[in-house]
Amino acid sequence: MLYNEPSPLETRVLSRRFGQPNSTSIETYLADEGYAAFKKAAGMTPEKIIEEVKISNLRGRGGAGFPTGMKWSFVPRTSPKPKYIVVNADESEPGTCKDRVLIENDPHQLIEGVLIAGLAVDAHAGYIYVRGEYRYLIEILDKAIAEAYEKGFLGKNIQGTGFDFELYTHTGAGAYECGEESALLESLEGKRGIPRIRPPFPAVAGAFQCPTVLNNVETYCAVPAILRDGGAAFAALGIPKAGGTKMTCLTGHINKPGVYELKLGFPVKQMIEEVGGGIRMGHKLKAFIPGGSSCPVLTAAEVEGANMDYDSMASRKSMLGSGGVIIMDDQTCMVKAALRIMKFYAHESCGWCIPCREGTTWLRKILDRFHSGGGTRADINLIGDISRNMLGRTFCPLGDAAAMPTLSIVEKFRGEFEDHLNGKPCPYEHEMATA
Amino acid sequence: MPDPVKLTIDGRAITAAPGTLLIDAAKAAGIEIPAFCYYEGLSLAAACRMCLVEVEKMPKLMTACTLPVAEGMVVRTDTPQVATARKYTLEFLLTNHPLDCPVCDKGGECELQDMVFRYGAGESRYTEIKVHTPEKQFSPVVFFDAPRCILCFRCVRICNEGMGVGALGVIQRGVVSEIAPNMGDHLECDECGACIDICPVGALTSGSYRYQTRPWEMTHVGTICTHCADGCKTTLGTRNNHIIRGNNRDHSGINGEFLCIKGRYAFDFYDHPDRLQAPLIRKNGKLEEVSWSEALTTVAKKFTKTLADNGTFGVIGSNHTTNEENFYLQKFARKVLHTNNVDHHRTGDVVTLLDALSEAGQGKLASVADLYERKAFLILGADLALEHPLLSNQIRSNFRHHQARIYVVTEKPVREDKYCAASLRGRDYSSLTEKLQKESELVIVFDDSYCGEDVRKLVAFGTSLGIPVSYVPLVDYSNSRGAIDMGMVPELLPGYKPSGQPGLHVNEMLEGNLDVLWVVGANPFKAGGKKPAFLVVQDLFLTETASQADIVLPAACAYEKYGTITNVTGEVQRLKLAINTMGAKPDLDIMGFIAREMSAAAILGPWFPDTITDQIVKTVHGYKVPMATLATGGAAQTMPVNGRISPGTLPGLVHSDHNGLFASGTLGRYSKVLNSVVENRARH
Amino acid sequence: MTFSPELEGRFEKLLRSYPPGRQRSALIPMLLYAQDEVGCVSDELIDEVAKRIGVTTLVVNEVMSYYSMLHRKPLGKFHVQVCTNISCLLNDGDKLYEHACKKLGIGHKGVTPDGEFSLEEVECMGACSWAPAIQVNYDFHHFVTPEKLDRLLDGLKDGPPGGPRKK
Ligand SMILES: Cc1cc2nc3c(=O)[nH]c(=O)nc-3n(C[C@H](O)[C@H](O)[C@H](O)COP(=O)(O)O)c2cc1C
Ligand code: SF4
Ligand code: FES
Repeated sequence: MLYNEPSPLETRVLSRRFGQPNSTSIETYLADEGYAAFKKAAGMTPEKIIEEVKISNLRGRGGAGFPTGMKWSFVPRTSPKPKYIVVNADESEPGTCKDRVLIENDPHQLIEGVLIAGLAVDAHAGYIYVRGEYRYLIEILDKAIAEAYEKGFLGKNIQGTGFDFELYTHTGAGAYECGEESALLESLEGKRGIPRIRPPFPAVAGAFQCPTVLNNVETYCAVPAILRDGGAAFAALGIPKAGGTKMTCLTGHINKPGVYELKLGFPVKQMIEEVGGGIRMGHKLKAFIPGGSSCPVLTAAEVEGANMDYDSMASRKSMLGSGGVIIMDDQTCMVKAALRIMKFYAHESCGWCIPCREGTTWLRKILDRFHSGGGTRADINLIGDISRNMLGRTFCPLGDAAAMPTLSIVEKFRGEFEDHLNGKPCPYEHEMATA
Repeated sequence: MPDPVKLTIDGRAITAAPGTLLIDAAKAAGIEIPAFCYYEGLSLAAACRMCLVEVEKMPKLMTACTLPVAEGMVVRTDTPQVATARKYTLEFLLTNHPLDCPVCDKGGECELQDMVFRYGAGESRYTEIKVHTPEKQFSPVVFFDAPRCILCFRCVRICNEGMGVGALGVIQRGVVSEIAPNMGDHLECDECGACIDICPVGALTSGSYRYQTRPWEMTHVGTICTHCADGCKTTLGTRNNHIIRGNNRDHSGINGEFLCIKGRYAFDFYDHPDRLQAPLIRKNGKLEEVSWSEALTTVAKKFTKTLADNGTFGVIGSNHTTNEENFYLQKFARKVLHTNNVDHHRTGDVVTLLDALSEAGQGKLASVADLYERKAFLILGADLALEHPLLSNQIRSNFRHHQARIYVVTEKPVREDKYCAASLRGRDYSSLTEKLQKESELVIVFDDSYCGEDVRKLVAFGTSLGIPVSYVPLVDYSNSRGAIDMGMVPELLPGYKPSGQPGLHVNEMLEGNLDVLWVVGANPFKAGGKKPAFLVVQDLFLTETASQADIVLPAACAYEKYGTITNVTGEVQRLKLAINTMGAKPDLDIMGFIAREMSAAAILGPWFPDTITDQIVKTVHGYKVPMATLATGGAAQTMPVNGRISPGTLPGLVHSDHNGLFASGTLGRYSKVLNSVVENRARH
Repeated sequence: MTFSPELEGRFEKLLRSYPPGRQRSALIPMLLYAQDEVGCVSDELIDEVAKRIGVTTLVVNEVMSYYSMLHRKPLGKFHVQVCTNISCLLNDGDKLYEHACKKLGIGHKGVTPDGEFSLEEVECMGACSWAPAIQVNYDFHHFVTPEKLDRLLDGLKDGPPGGPRKK
């Protein structure tokens, strides 16, 4: 089901079946061009499939934004080892709740995307790694997978193409770090979610040390459309170097929060005002996070003229990230926001490397003390310093993910830290809005 | 050998073999790249981030511990950026570290202290509350203080990968991650202490060493473990004639850093309350303390008298005393007491093997190093991991680093089963023939369940494989092998030359009809036997044998004297005196004094260890080993294969005690550590 | 240790889902599904799973203690998880959590004396656009207000367990 009204400004490619009566059933899917793309792909050479994905300018939707076609081309198809397709449905990036919607409303679209990836790299088995909290999605997926087996879209000699593919769901059990691709693969092997030393990358040594394609749910969900309507058509939806649409989660202080499918390059201002119905209670925008709590925070001034795409955000020293837009109005305490974000990373740090393990907890403690009025002027610089000492020195990007927002907040909202000095209680505390 | 890779580090041109890790290449060039989690031979962790360096064309600092050298690579370890990274990584490490160096065993030899001293910040900016958890005792040997732990995971890896035990793990995550023992609240493992030695900080400490001393107060003496036959080098840390610690701190010797519980901790028998400190003479039925001179003259008189009366002598030598002592003892027996009743407890049929090899005209003895380098192994009978910890460690590391293939034929399941190429129960190895023929070389390790004819069959089998085969005949104790080489048997003189005279064997000497039985460093009456007319015993403790003696002479242990011993693979090493103990004397001195009292010293020559070593080198075939090697703490393998040996000895006399990890014959009973581990096991 | 036929079925399916020799992959799912039935990851469960997968109990402990959804102590029949992460925080998720504490008279990871409810302040659960959000066992509840929470909890109390966490 959908938790928010669709917006007329959406471009509904991945979400085209959302809201259709029992949109999760294979009948609905088949009735609406379902598995057509797979059949088409089955008649193409792997090279051609990958070429099509390259043309589409599809970039990873999990956060890193790596070109998907190129990623697939790294897999040594001729390797004697079995190859695997792994779906990253760990969706744990604060502010992000789009993969959930994609699976909940159209599981077969994901399955078809996985099958096409299988054709492209000669893989015959796949795993969908779903975060433990999404138990009901696993039930939806298991049902869809069962249907697909029944209707011969999974298993041996699929639709007489001679192509075999087995697909399994695999539950996580509560760990943000298991969204990081190599930690996910460790977790998939029944281990602690500790990232791997890379190289080798998953394309060469991934699941069970075999060549593996690992993508985000949304990335796979885009693939059927690409094969069906052609890479060029998908590319045309977006902007140069970044094709298609992005599932965008509007969260925070916004009147119409929800998940919307918007063309890449969609203007931020229009997104907030028209898609999201503006900032709640007519307040003003104070801070903007484009794609999950790991992205550097942007000020209202910085988002002027910004668009929701990789380059526009990069030019503002932030990232498009996962599409989890977090909107903070002028009532927000940025120290509290920084504290809560750091509390998260300190809780989720896997503990393997020193800068991340010790840095996140140290920052959490300082910010905690600071927000409750025990801060000193020296702390403000220290917070920045500690963040800088983590940046680029940790074992995996979680350390950076913790440092970047914090750094941007102390640098851009230093004034608010000063407001908290000298035992002053937080100037932004308020009662909970009821009703 | 592929061409070496050329790169520059800090402006210096360097070459290294392809695949070399940057951190090792730098080390070889004398450039230190600091690291906590990197440890040669263990899997890579890249966790501590201390080894970050600048590499040209790389956007971020790189970990030198995971980066293989590449042609033309330009590396800088001396830039401000690198210095800052190190400084603040250490600042992070110290945030939750208790900084209790003044009361930490590791103080003075702590890698964290050294790193902070060299690369750290002068002050800490950390003012928050530290994570604290109370210290835990994992086992009688292992204590763990979590707050000191820097989570380098060396201990976990050495236990898993190095020892193949996997008794340590990591629980929780993030800042509360903690090293945990396999039994929840306690450890059940080999108690080898490798985790303690490898811990860079004072997080893991040993029950025997903790709070005993500051490291710099100790003198360190590198000598050889006196327990099993593997002959590990152990470095004893001593202070005021007390042994405080055993480890192999410089990783030298045939065992590198390896030691089992016995090598690290079971030196503690030396100051057991029951240790004999004065000679004893039986006066009206009771053993009473007497002076050395009274004891020695009494023995000498008794020996001289018995000789005059044409009485019968028996002499039993030792598996623990030095080559020099056994050599001197058998010479004493044969030249002074004019008896060939010379024997010792034989624990493996080395004699038949050497004869069979001479007969076959091929095949040799494998060295400890071979066990790490050869390609295939056939292990017969023994539970190697328990009975010969070093040998099994060598083979295990060989498997881990070179994928050696191991074939096991044992009565009971053994640890090698886990990674062996094939494992059979029982004694019959013939079904392995085809597989073994496919190997390019083979080392055959066999225990006392293969004696006499079985050994000949085994050598014939080895020869029939048509590949180079070498052998390890397992024996029990620190100098079991030396005892045979030194001719501590009736049939053979030193160097396996026929004695040409009849002589009684141990079991015959225990029948009680000798006038004098002289036991030096052995406990033959452990399993009963009839006391002879007069019994003289040299030992450390009042054993079953000593307690029946008419005269007991307190002997020095291996850690209290000089001399050479020969390990299971025939490698000679030198004992170094680490401490002097009140009352006891080295067996060699005791024997020498007796000879002098009998005015027979001249026949036997001077009794200084080194002069006797020279005699051994001259008389015992294969012992022409470079003295310089021994004197500098090295090991030299002897090759006593010198033609047929006849008459063959009696295989029936061979039997091994099959001591496990926590046993060491009679000696083991006097080790507090070994006992406490056994009791602890019983409790859980 | 014996489990319901459904759970045994799950285990079988899991052990068949991975390449030969890779049964360890089933470890985390087995623990989570078993916890749903047993109520927590008990010592007994750890031994059982270790046996079935062929690893040491230490390995199971290392793994289970890493994952925040696996609990060593029994949870309430209804495990109330309140997200206070950023998107929920911006919608007063923190105050909702405080309200839940007062309402149930317990704190983080506490269990009510009658064993009906347990409470946990959790990280982002993927409901950010419908904040503040909570999960009761595996069921999501969106746009939760204190009033809504009271009604929900009163309705659940003494009722049959909801979601897949059957007891
Ligand atoms: C700490 C951390 C957490 C991550 N969490 C997720 C996640 O929940 N879902 C996801 O798809 N990618 C996540 N990623 C990104 C993945 O590592 C990986 O880049 C991505 O799944 C690749 O798929 P894509 O190319 O389709 O984006 C995370 C990365 C990091 C460093
Ligand atoms: S106990 Fe020592 S070796 Fe083990 S992780 Fe901690 S610091 Fe490293
Ligand atoms: S922040 Fe609460 S569900 Fe994401």
